[in-house]
Amino acid sequence: MTHDTGPVLHAKGISKFFPGTIALDEVDLRLEPGEVHALLGENGAGKSTLIKCLTGAYQRDNGTIHLDGQEVSPQSTADSQRMGIGTVYQEVNLLPNLTVAENLYLGRQPMRWGLMARRRMNAMARESLAGYGLDIDPAEPLTAYSVAIQQVVAIARAVEMSGKVLILDEPTASLDRDEVQLLFSVIRQLRDRGLAVVFITHFLDQVFEISDRATILRNGRVVGTRVLADVSQKDVVTLMLGRQLESQVHDRKPAKAGETLIEVENLGKRGMLDPLSLALREGEVVGLAGLLGSGRTETANLIFGAVPADQGRILLRGKEIPVSTPREAVKHRFALCPEDRKTEGIVGDLSVRDNIILARQASQGWMRPIPRAEVNEIAERYVKALDIRLASLDMPIRLLSGGNQQKALLARWLATNPDFLILDEPTRGIDVGAHAEIIALIEQLRSDGMALLVASSELEELVAYSTRVIVLRDRKQVRELSGAEITPENIVHAIAEHGTPAEEGAR
Amino acid sequence: MIRSTHLPLLVTLATFVLAYALCASAYPSMLSTRVVANLLTDNAFLGIAAVGMTFVILSGGIDLSIGSVIAFTGVFLAVVLRDTSMHPLVAFALVLMITTAFGAAMGALIHYLEMPPFIVTLAGMFLARGAAYVLSTESVPITHEFYDFLQGLYWKDPSGGRFRLIGGLMVLTFLVGILVAHRTRFGQNVYALGGGGQTAKLMGLPLASTTIGIYAVSGGLAGLAGIVFSLYTSAGYSLATVGVELDAIAAVVIGGTLLTGGYGFVAGTFFGILIMGLIQTYIVFDGTLSSWWTKIVIGGLLFAFIVLQKGLTWATQARRRTTTGSAAHS
Repeated sequence: MTHDTGPVLHAKGISKFFPGTIALDEVDLRLEPGEVHALLGENGAGKSTLIKCLTGAYQRDNGTIHLDGQEVSPQSTADSQRMGIGTVYQEVNLLPNLTVAENLYLGRQPMRWGLMARRRMNAMARESLAGYGLDIDPAEPLTAYSVAIQQVVAIARAVEMSGKVLILDEPTASLDRDEVQLLFSVIRQLRDRGLAVVFITHFLDQVFEISDRATILRNGRVVGTRVLADVSQKDVVTLMLGRQLESQVHDRKPAKAGETLIEVENLGKRGMLDPLSLALREGEVVGLAGLLGSGRTETANLIFGAVPADQGRILLRGKEIPVSTPREAVKHRFALCPEDRKTEGIVGDLSVRDNIILARQASQGWMRPIPRAEVNEIAERYVKALDIRLASLDMPIRLLSGGNQQKALLARWLATNPDFLILDEPTRGIDVGAHAEIIALIEQLRSDGMALLVASSELEELVAYSTRVIVLRDRKQVRELSGAEITPENIVHAIAEHGTPAEEGAR
Repeated sequence: MIRSTHLPLLVTLATFVLAYALCASAYPSMLSTRVVANLLTDNAFLGIAAVGMTFVILSGGIDLSIGSVIAFTGVFLAVVLRDTSMHPLVAFALVLMITTAFGAAMGALIHYLEMPPFIVTLAGMFLARGAAYVLSTESVPITHEFYDFLQGLYWKDPSGGRFRLIGGLMVLTFLVGILVAHRTRFGQNVYALGGGGQTAKLMGLPLASTTIGIYAVSGGLAGLAGIVFSLYTSAGYSLATVGVELDAIAAVVIGGTLLTGGYGFVAGTFFGILIMGLIQTYIVFDGTLSSWWTKIVIGGLLFAFIVLQKGLTWATQARRRTTTGSAAHS
């Protein structure tokens, strides 16, 4: 480095252990003044743990942090704020019941004669925000303004209180395009003032647009720090996913030409998912690929009605059907296995049997209980068919292993005899054996004529069972791959490089 | 400028004006200063306690102990003045210290043990009531010349209303409360805590001192309310003021403060108290209605205000959606 100033913040050998896992393993991070530094990695790579160690929310187990050459050890977020490290989170961390000015100056209000000088505070706030290009009335409640403006207010507060390092933790996650641009102009302005900005996001386009350098984490380790001008998105994705992208040739049976079952036309929700269209025939598995936050889960939830769409429609066998609640979706024989089985799927303390029968019973209505004998018959049938390993049907489901819980959840939905099954990350957090079984099961359901939509971050897995793959990026459908095109390499290409002329030519 | 956060306060004010107009049209003599003066005097102890309750509820908490603390204060004063030669002013200072420390201790438990305020102050309620019983199970009369002196202090309006010391004390408490809530850092922190404890913490707010301070204020004001109550009744009785905390909560909610915290005004509580007092006065004037009608009307009012608050919350959220929408399209 030719800077005579040296780094603003230099973290060396940061390690953090949690019971049973190493969350951070000797991580280095070096922030120069006047740079926007992206922190990249898939979920669980250690990004947020690193940030929490830097801001004092967690105590690191090893390593040193130097701020402006001085060694520091922040004990709390308030502590790090005083030292000069300000953080702005995805969820706006301001108080909705206070005005803009009150939020900006909470805890450091201008005082006169022991009382708050409200008028002066409002004037100061107006002036300060004008510096960020915002001309708003700071005496209005915070919630009178859009999330983007609230983010800028949060940034203004963080900068005024800290002023050396600004950490932005997914600040754009709930913003739309114009709002992102507003935020970016603020970030550029702060960079030019000499602040070091850490930018965390899942949106690669945004990373390349705003950041100078990027540090990429995987499994708690730094796999590289790159000057972004020198690398392509593909290089970065490859580092993040850490895969040898060998071309695999798949010996796939061509999809059976079943009837078209579901057509989704321009289904979308503002700020959540750009309009998306897809069609599914019976006996088809369509994979949803994309990085975390690209809109996979959102797509699944919109089609199932778990989140009501605000545009587009769904056709079932050519007829439009309303799907604005999961109940309606279930009525039309849709089923969804959600991503987070602990919070959205299993009812931990109920028995395996009750968990399996839950959706079937719900679709019948609570007034018509399924006879005990039938319940047992169904539960036993699926336990056997899916090879769910358990001591007894009466044991609470939380005692099962992750893979068996997942299979029980699948059983729950299969028991409703769905025509259309949506699986969101069906293999997350389960062991290798169960993994293979679930993939085999997907294959089998497909050959039985069911239509499946599977969202997954495991590329090999998607390649293994999908007849078509829809690639999402930045909550937008960017590409559809089918047949021999489906390779991990092509998917990575589509995730990273969609829209470049070369890519279009390659098709 | 009128903002949606001011709406509940305006509704409370309108309710008060409307109620008073209705009462006056039925009984024109309710317009007299005599009635107004009595309204202030009769509700003085409740009003003072309700100021403390407003702070507690603004912070998102609840304080169930204040009725017991008022009773304890009364009995404590009566017993001390009967059995010792302590001057009432010294006894006042002593009991205020005790009740403030009691509130602060509850606040500390709530903060450090992360216990729900409901449980902690419920325990406080039993403790304070029990302590009052220990001092005396009988009603103890207070006869002291200083009490007579204080009770004799009033300003007589030419048309006959007597504005007594305790009514003035209540108004003063409200004025100070308003100033503290809206013009001090402590007041801002109370609102911040009610707006979101986790967020307030991330914003670097001193949560511990704020929480302890809030319950100390509530305890101290309950003590002051107890002193006023003893001046009002000239006695201390351990069975007195049962359920006053619930009246105070009702006054706060009718005054437009959101029960979940974060939104509301101390001034609103003042009108909440007046509305409740007005209903009682009306029933006295009517003479044929059972006094239980007070409870029924207050119950109805509470429901109305809760529905109003819910409606306002929805309206604000809907507005927020449309503002983000329009910003996106600009």
